[in-house]
Amino acid sequence: MIVQQALNALQLGSIYALIALGYSMVYGVLRLINFAHGDIFMIGSYAALFLAVYLNMPIALILPLAFCAVGLLGVTIERLAYRPLRTAPRASAVITALGVGLFLETITLAVVGPEPKKFPALIDLNIITIGAFTATNIQIIIIAVSIALMTALDRLIAKTKTGMAMRALSWDKTYAPLFGINVDKIISFTFAIGAGLAAVAGIFVGLAYPIIDPYMGIIVGWKAFVSAVIGGIGNVKGAVVGGFLLGAVEILSAAFLPSTYKDMIVFGLLLIILLFRPSGLFGVPVQKKV
Amino acid sequence: MGIHMKQKLIVAVLICIGITVFSSCKDSNVISIGVNAELTGSIPVAGKSCVNAAKMAAAEINDQGGIAVDGKTMRVEILAEDNEDKAESAAAVAQKFVSKGVVAMIGPNASRNAVPAAIVAESNKLIMISPWSTIPKLTEKKKYIYRSCFTDDFQGVVVSSFIYKKLKARRAAVLFDITSEYNKGIAEVFKAEFIKAGGAVTAFESYSTGDKDFSAQLSKIKASRADVLFLPNYYNEVPLQIQQARQQGLKGMIVGSDSWGSEEILTLGKDIMNGLYFTTHYAPDMATEKAKKFIADYEAKYGAKPDDVAALTYDAFGMLFESVKKAKSRNPENVLAELSKLSNFPGVTGTMKFSSGSGSPVKSAVVIQIRDNAFKYYDTVNP
Amino acid sequence: MPRKISMGLLLVAGFAAAFVCDTFNLADQYLAQIIMYIGINVILTVSLNLVNGYMGEFSVGHAAFMAVGAYAASFFSVSVFPQNPAFFPLSLFAGGICAAFLGFMIAVPAFRARDDYLAIITLALIMITKSVLENLPWFGGPQGYHGIQKYTNLSGVYLCTIASIMVIRNIVYSNFGRGIIAVRDDEVAANLVSVDTKQVKILAFVISSFFAGIAGGLFAHLIQFINPRTFSILKSTDILLMLYLGGSGTIIGSILGAAIWTVLIEALRFLGIWRFVFAPVALVMLMIYRPLGIMGGREWRLFIPKENDHGRKK
Repeated sequence: MIVQQALNALQLGSIYALIALGYSMVYGVLRLINFAHGDIFMIGSYAALFLAVYLNMPIALILPLAFCAVGLLGVTIERLAYRPLRTAPRASAVITALGVGLFLETITLAVVGPEPKKFPALIDLNIITIGAFTATNIQIIIIAVSIALMTALDRLIAKTKTGMAMRALSWDKTYAPLFGINVDKIISFTFAIGAGLAAVAGIFVGLAYPIIDPYMGIIVGWKAFVSAVIGGIGNVKGAVVGGFLLGAVEILSAAFLPSTYKDMIVFGLLLIILLFRPSGLFGVPVQKKV
Repeated sequence: MGIHMKQKLIVAVLICIGITVFSSCKDSNVISIGVNAELTGSIPVAGKSCVNAAKMAAAEINDQGGIAVDGKTMRVEILAEDNEDKAESAAAVAQKFVSKGVVAMIGPNASRNAVPAAIVAESNKLIMISPWSTIPKLTEKKKYIYRSCFTDDFQGVVVSSFIYKKLKARRAAVLFDITSEYNKGIAEVFKAEFIKAGGAVTAFESYSTGDKDFSAQLSKIKASRADVLFLPNYYNEVPLQIQQARQQGLKGMIVGSDSWGSEEILTLGKDIMNGLYFTTHYAPDMATEKAKKFIADYEAKYGAKPDDVAALTYDAFGMLFESVKKAKSRNPENVLAELSKLSNFPGVTGTMKFSSGSGSPVKSAVVIQIRDNAFKYYDTVNP
Repeated sequence: MPRKISMGLLLVAGFAAAFVCDTFNLADQYLAQIIMYIGINVILTVSLNLVNGYMGEFSVGHAAFMAVGAYAASFFSVSVFPQNPAFFPLSLFAGGICAAFLGFMIAVPAFRARDDYLAIITLALIMITKSVLENLPWFGGPQGYHGIQKYTNLSGVYLCTIASIMVIRNIVYSNFGRGIIAVRDDEVAANLVSVDTKQVKILAFVISSFFAGIAGGLFAHLIQFINPRTFSILKSTDILLMLYLGGSGTIIGSILGAAIWTVLIEALRFLGIWRFVFAPVALVMLMIYRPLGIMGGREWRLFIPKENDHGRKK
């Protein structure tokens, strides 16, 4: 049973981690909590649904296409809604983010209709039975591809020039341009990657739980946000660890306790972690200069 | 703030107040009936069916000239509002209908929304008829609350009897939404009945509305070696539950209740639904003459066959119109007096027998089997 | 006529109008309901303004205090006090006190964090409060709390709204209020000029939560039904939107923001789902072109006491 649940936890954790990465990266470069991120994840799901049902594309094409399309959406949102507010009071930027999220939800609702939709079975289901427990090939694929993407991202940030620019920007935005870093371009790039990863998470959720609705981004978005905070918001490795930790806690608490206790446990855990490590597990406390 | 901005703002606010006041003006020569429906949220198909049937019923009676009340012949007007499938919004919509002075309120459909709306209605002396809510406590100890469907006291027995006698199963498991009135209610009635009949409920697992992952609960159900799984949940969640059950290796029969009743469940579930059974209110392919006319009219007007919510809504309006006609008045107290005298009402969904003092009818249930991706009538169960 | 007396007369006249409407059932019920919603939202927004606007914090937890106030007030009016509207003010007050108590419990540990972490902690607060309410058997659990009497009427809402506006306004222009604004502007400097920042933050939070609790109690006794889901993050988001729409940092801003949002949502109902498409777009545009909200940071003349009002002709 434990092995069974571990696999579930890994699947859920991968999804949270992919979304949490977007929150962390954007916070790192902009110090903005992008509350619209959960709804970008939802758009990713619907984008894939559209590509599959109306353009009949196979999963191999849908993944990269949705990644790019939603990435572009992320860049557009940044350009239109967040860039003008870079020097405005923080609260305005946050309210804008909330507004963008609300807009994405309701425009999807208005265009697609209120009925939950069936996500097409893009991968034929194969149930693998080893002894007493069963796994599905979809679970394995989700976990494997997520880990691959996260590793690729890690490589990108640690080893490439763009990644170095992203890290520089998250350390100190004011002085980065002095080193020849095009701040706007790097920020756009960060948004693109973050949104793209969220879209992939949306596709995975569609594959694993094939009924999607326009509100699915809200609660998943907040949970992924919690993952990012647990790991230390702004820290990419932290986001991944936070995501898997949250997935594990959620699945395990549902396994041994009534499912109505789930939220209490997840958020209680968040508070406890913040109590002992106020900047998250891997976060670096920000020193305030007087 | 500049002068111009201030002026624009005041004008804008005045316009909004104007719109609100205007929309609250009552046209005094109509019979207003409020429809409290789930137009957005998780079961919008049910809400849409309800509003469609409501508008059709109103159009029909208006084509006949309306109803004679208070010495004049008045048209029927439908005020449809979305309760967003949220309990608190359903209560707020009920309050709004109270303040707008409607003659009666039809809906909500899902019990989790109907129960709070009923409390508001009863407390404010508003007549309410729910087409689809089957939970017994909806009408218990209430004067103003009625429904056009059977209750789960009866449905629970029907399901239990079907599983025990027709499927000949002795070990049943249940997976239900513990945060939703209806699911919790009927799960408990079923459990009591099945045990009374001599069977064993080997697993009684719950989840919260909105959960998508049921693997923990289904693992426990599998380990309990049940023969049949009972899923008294709404049509948007059941396909996920069945899919995950099959993925876990659960091969037995799965049975549902009237919350499966929308054909949307076939769109969402596709092939995994074939061969399964559920209990519900009416079967379009086994219709009486009266029902056939209703189905044909509905199909002509809306391009789709009416589901159980539509049929029950139509019957709810039938009950209401008859009471208004007999009372010859729009006054809710007079209408209620006639409604309470209703003892036998022949509806599209069957004959409804009301006993004095009860807002819930006694009527038959049907069992439907899903075959070839369609609902096929299987059996009728009389009370 | 001196400003104070004319304002006072106006307020009394307003109360008289509300009282008459209630007793003789004069007002159109639907309009009355909307006015009561506006009042409740004004209380929520003005009280949140104290923490988010004047103190410059970012709390998203207001819905949790509203929830506690709603449930506590309902518990008292349904199970503790006799079924009589005369006891309603007591139940309301009890609800406010319970909410304030929760505010105190949260403020003490929470204000060790700053900025975004306060937002996160208050977010966790909402989720935990909702979850706890769902799992406690005494308040109906997820199915909600039934049987609440409709004690909220125009006079009650009027009184509470005016009271909350007056109290918050007086706080803001007092010495204590100066301390609150000092914390917003520069906490370290405030500490240096011997403002007890810890005490200021906790007290402001407690007062803010108290009024949120009152609003919750009024709300519960208007709809006659509450469940945990009513008080989710979406409710907090609504209050935040109203606050920043009108402009945080001014009282008139909060009043306008609450009133406009409430009325707009209802008046534009004929647009169906599209009103929720246009509203956020309008909000985003407002934030971009007027980041300080509709009032732009300028307070209504009548709220500013004479000593502070430098533009006034003597």
